[in-house]
Amino acid sequence: MKALAARRHHRFTPVVLLLLALLVTGGLYAALAPTSASADTAATDDIAAGEKLFLANCATCHGVNAEGRDEVPSLIGVGSAAVNFQVGTGRMPMAMNGPQAEAKPAQFDAKQTSQLAAYVASLGPGPSTPTAEQVDPALGDPSMGAQIFRTNCAMCHNAVGAGGALSEGKFAPALTDTTPTHIYEAMLTGPQSMPVFNDATITPEEKRDVIAYLVEQREGSAGGLDLGGIGPVSEGLWIWIVGIGSLIGCAVWIGAKSS
Amino acid sequence: MSEPKNPENAVDVAGTGASELDRFPDPGMHEHKLRMADKDPKAAKRAEAQVVILFVISIVGTIGMLIAYFAIRPEGTTASVRNANLALGLGMFFALMGIGLAAVHWAKTLMSDHEKSEDRHAQRSADDVREAAVAVLKEGAADSGIARRPVLQGAVVTALALFPLTIVVPLISSVGGDWDISKFKHTIWKPGTRLAIDPTGRLIKASDLTIGSVVHVIPDVPAEERRSHHWIAEKAKAIVLLVRLDPAILKETEERKSWSYDGIVAYSKICTHVGCPVALYEQQTHHLLCPCHQSTFDVADGAKVVFGPAKRPLPQLPIMVDDEGYLVAQDDFDEPVGPSYWERLK
Repeated sequence: MKALAARRHHRFTPVVLLLLALLVTGGLYAALAPTSASADTAATDDIAAGEKLFLANCATCHGVNAEGRDEVPSLIGVGSAAVNFQVGTGRMPMAMNGPQAEAKPAQFDAKQTSQLAAYVASLGPGPSTPTAEQVDPALGDPSMGAQIFRTNCAMCHNAVGAGGALSEGKFAPALTDTTPTHIYEAMLTGPQSMPVFNDATITPEEKRDVIAYLVEQREGSAGGLDLGGIGPVSEGLWIWIVGIGSLIGCAVWIGAKSS
Repeated sequence: MSEPKNPENAVDVAGTGASELDRFPDPGMHEHKLRMADKDPKAAKRAEAQVVILFVISIVGTIGMLIAYFAIRPEGTTASVRNANLALGLGMFFALMGIGLAAVHWAKTLMSDHEKSEDRHAQRSADDVREAAVAVLKEGAADSGIARRPVLQGAVVTALALFPLTIVVPLISSVGGDWDISKFKHTIWKPGTRLAIDPTGRLIKASDLTIGSVVHVIPDVPAEERRSHHWIAEKAKAIVLLVRLDPAILKETEERKSWSYDGIVAYSKICTHVGCPVALYEQQTHHLLCPCHQSTFDVADGAKVVFGPAKRPLPQLPIMVDDEGYLVAQDDFDEPVGPSYWERLK
């Protein structure tokens, strides 16, 4: 140490320090840069491919800069979760104007959907697609999910997720076939008539609980036929037509004389 | 039986024979028809075989139910419970239905179906029996001496008249025990009560809400109070729906300008029609629908009624943000929540 300290005023000291600094910087760059550089190119490629898809399929309504117009929402800041939901469930691109955009077979495959999502996510920060672990129903608590669902969702989507009517031809769709990822994204982004449930109002763990509850409902009812789970209409129809009908049949048969 | 051809005759019947008209002529027995099983021994044999088969179905059903009970155990999954219930139910259905169908079929085809009639006896007793009964009653009354013992008379009447009070007094006092209707005018929201998320009780910061967010809100009370007996009644009055709208589309009256915070508005969730929880919120139209009778409220415009049977807007809960950024109530609702009642505005 003393030898080093003695030479710190040597006239070559700045040169040696500069060389050392360059060496460290270059070494670090060589060690760290290649991976991030290739990831950047992949993301840039996705964004570029997504932009092409966007200009060809979405820009007619949403505008070339995704700025939106009168009735068409801007896509700046909606995030990849919204794109993955709207395009992945086939709601977008819309086939026609109607009370609401309905789910239909998806027009783009998973890769194209993720490219579109990457492009829209690059326009502004927004909620992103959840990871597989975030939507794994096996990790959620269905009982807690039932409480959250009852309070926040059941009034529109029905107590077991069978869907229900809204006003003027709009409706809350059944959740019986929706994938866990799409359920998560719908809560996160609030598509169409649905309100937004961000990570502060329903935490990611609670969202997973809701998914666990909904997936559990797909096993059906322990009591037998659930008749669609839509409440008194189907149950009443069943009991008035089949139940009372067979009672009347029995009464007529008992009262009729044998031939 | 046929209609009288002569109108004079008809008038005559109506005028003179009123008492005869009241009597319905006895149609007598229908002609007895023999059944297949009565006429044809083969048909009788066939019917017997059918009854036996129905009883056998019942026996098989009982055995099947017992086998199912031991063979198909609910394993804890929904599907296994459903299968176990289905097997038990079908077994019981065939066991009982077989007996029922067999009994009815047996009675209809094989048991005697000859009509027999038994005349009713007159309702009025014979005169001597009636006189004897009256005599016994009079003798009993005279024997008890009630007519000449007024104190006893008074005592028995008073005792009988008072006894019903033992039923009526507790009944009335428990029905109308609480005539304090002022509790309908207030909820447990107080100045400074924090807003919490239903059902977890997590507090809400204004920054937590993105535009389009909806939160179902309860007042922030200690967790042990949320488990108490009266909480459910208090919660039923105090529930609130919190919505964040784009401040540009929010229409507010002058006096309510300070009741919202940066586009965040809070309204009572209890319908002003008959008190259902109004909770179907359409984000794009910012309409709030009641699931019971489709009353629709515009959240962006003071929750005024735009459709349906409700007559008044939803009461608004004035909110603000406290020092730590949490949403708090400025005060209770300024009007009673929920449906109308007589003393509402007194």
